[in-house]
Amino acid sequence: MDLAIDVEGLHKTWPPEVHAVRGLDLAVQSGECFGLLGPNGAGKTTTIEILEGLVTPSAGRVRVLGRDWAHDADAIRQRIGITLQHTYLSERLTVAEILAMFQSFYHSARAVDEVLAQVSLHEKRDSWFDRLSGGQKQRVAVACALVGDPELLFLDEPTTGLDPQSRRQLWDVIADFKARGRTVLLTTHYMDEAERLCDRVAIVDHGQVIALGRPRDLIAEHVGGIVLNLTTDQPVAIERLQAVATASRTRVDGCQAHLTVENLAAAVPSLLTELGQAGIVLQEMQTHQPTLEDVFVTLTGRHLRD
Amino acid sequence: MALRDSPLWHLTMARLRSWLREPEVLFWSFGFPILLTIALGVAFRNRPPEAVTVLVEAGSGAESVAKALANDKQLTVLTVDHREAARQLRAGLAALSVDPGPPLTVRHDPTRPEARLAKLLVDNAIERSQGRRDVAAIANQTVDEPGARYVDFLVPGLIGMNLMQSGMWGVGYAIVEMRSKRLLRRMIATPMRKSDFLLSFLIMRLVFLLVELPVVLGTARLLFDVRIQGSLVAFVAVAVAGALAFVGLGLLVASRAKTTQAASGLMNLVQMPMFVGSGVFFSIKNFPEVAQPVLRLLPLTALNDGLRAVQNEGADLLGVLPQLAVLGGIGVVTLVLAVRIFRWD
Ligand SMILES: Nc1ncnc2c1ncn2[C@@H]1O[C@H](COP(=O)(O)OP(=O)(O)OP(=O)(O)O)[C@@H](O)[C@H]1O
Ligand SMILES: [Mg+2]
Repeated sequence: MDLAIDVEGLHKTWPPEVHAVRGLDLAVQSGECFGLLGPNGAGKTTTIEILEGLVTPSAGRVRVLGRDWAHDADAIRQRIGITLQHTYLSERLTVAEILAMFQSFYHSARAVDEVLAQVSLHEKRDSWFDRLSGGQKQRVAVACALVGDPELLFLDEPTTGLDPQSRRQLWDVIADFKARGRTVLLTTHYMDEAERLCDRVAIVDHGQVIALGRPRDLIAEHVGGIVLNLTTDQPVAIERLQAVATASRTRVDGCQAHLTVENLAAAVPSLLTELGQAGIVLQEMQTHQPTLEDVFVTLTGRHLRD
Repeated sequence: MALRDSPLWHLTMARLRSWLREPEVLFWSFGFPILLTIALGVAFRNRPPEAVTVLVEAGSGAESVAKALANDKQLTVLTVDHREAARQLRAGLAALSVDPGPPLTVRHDPTRPEARLAKLLVDNAIERSQGRRDVAAIANQTVDEPGARYVDFLVPGLIGMNLMQSGMWGVGYAIVEMRSKRLLRRMIATPMRKSDFLLSFLIMRLVFLLVELPVVLGTARLLFDVRIQGSLVAFVAVAVAGALAFVGLGLLVASRAKTTQAASGLMNLVQMPMFVGSGVFFSIKNFPEVAQPVLRLLPLTALNDGLRAVQNEGADLLGVLPQLAVLGGIGVVTLVLAVRIFRWD
């Protein structure tokens, strides 16, 4: 299968000396929806903007749709659609005017009203951009990315700031796009979004890919089981947690304790026994299916979002 | 491709719409120059020459002298005592004082032009009151020709100033704002041709001219009977060349600035010398001789000179060639430079 995005040994150093990207490799298949996940400052935006031709890399090889930015910039631009992390468009233009302008830049483009309907902005087509809500502006940005009928879509945190309903609508837009055999590269802070939309994700930290694969596989490989989060009246000794039946990946953080268990039915009685023996009172307990967040915590000991 | 589907059309319309939908901008573009024309045109309209104040020293005969002088409308006559007259003369409050005598004596300082004028008028008035007959009949005609009044001088200056201001702000500020809000960056991520984008600003300015010239000239014509004596083609040509020069300067100022504050500072720095030294409100002939060749190279000076030459001196295209050359040269050089160093993000 051919690669929509092919990146090797990518480096970017921002002046004076911020190594935002340090040796990142990425191979995104055509027709795939690929997610970049990582904490603030991990280098996601820098990476995606290099791929969009907006930032020049300090080192590394980048191919987008089989082409090179150095030689084929115009051809690449004709075939990609992008949203920036923060989008401002001309305040005093209407939504339809903005889209018609963007549309005019592309050889083959979609009808403005069709795109507006797709992002549910039809009623706002004649409103000035600065009269829209934050979420509506974000959807205009997505519409601008779609209007050129791209083969490859770059979305930098497309759903940040959207209400749950708009988020789901946008998920549908992305799913539709993918269903037509096209490629998406997106960044997000929402784990449910990544798990639901992305065929594969790369977890990025300090400018490097630290884990790569299908969300399910990553979770199974790095976390597995069921995650328990405990709040206790005093810190638990880590040995007590390790002694819990089927427990793995134990971690104590003050009066918070975390562990992953294979078998919840066996683990809970054993946990209560351990705590009872130590005279510790359990104040709260949560269980959840592990997410990519847990994968990140397992890999780095930090949370994706603080 | 149909014109209305072309990127250049859409970019230009975007510029025009953003501009027309900003009421403040509209005021500064049109309302302000019109108000200024009216205010200054009224304030400096040609008035009858001011009367000259002369004094008559109290004493016998003062009354008949004062009466004789009062016949001349160009004289304001005050009767005061001898000491007060001396004080007012010293203080320059009056041009001359008459001591009714005998002998009738006129005191004045002949180095002051006003005093010399007063002397002539006073001599004339007194001689006439004592029976002198005019020996020659001289017909009198006052000159108040359109083209020679202050308002005729002012209107081209205001048009020039407005072209500078709205050109530099309309282009420079708009671009820097687009850059600081990262809209430029969004635009160049599309296949848009950069030349189309920059060209749309030039076209926008020409459309602006199309509206501004009739509005300002129409107002001046209606209220003050200001007329273009020379060729209209030449007038428009100078204005277009001026618009080009200021689009270039605006682009140059905006080519690298990252914040609107930085751009505003730069813009003021560039405009200030021209506000003062380009003869908007008064002729640059008031500046020292040596400064004038330099002042004439300022784009606003060339623009004002060119507009005035056509409007007031009846110049044609050939007559404003030097100004067209200066403006065109500045326009081309600044545009080329701006495009070379332009920063898109
Ligand atoms: N234009 C720039 N100049 C200098 N440093 C920059 C620039 N852009 C980004 N950086 C730095 O590069 C690092 C990576 O930033 P980047 O925006 O790529 O992170 P991110 O993963 O997108 O974060 P977030 O989740 O907050 O959007 C940060 O330390 C940031 O300060
Ligand atoms: Mg980012």
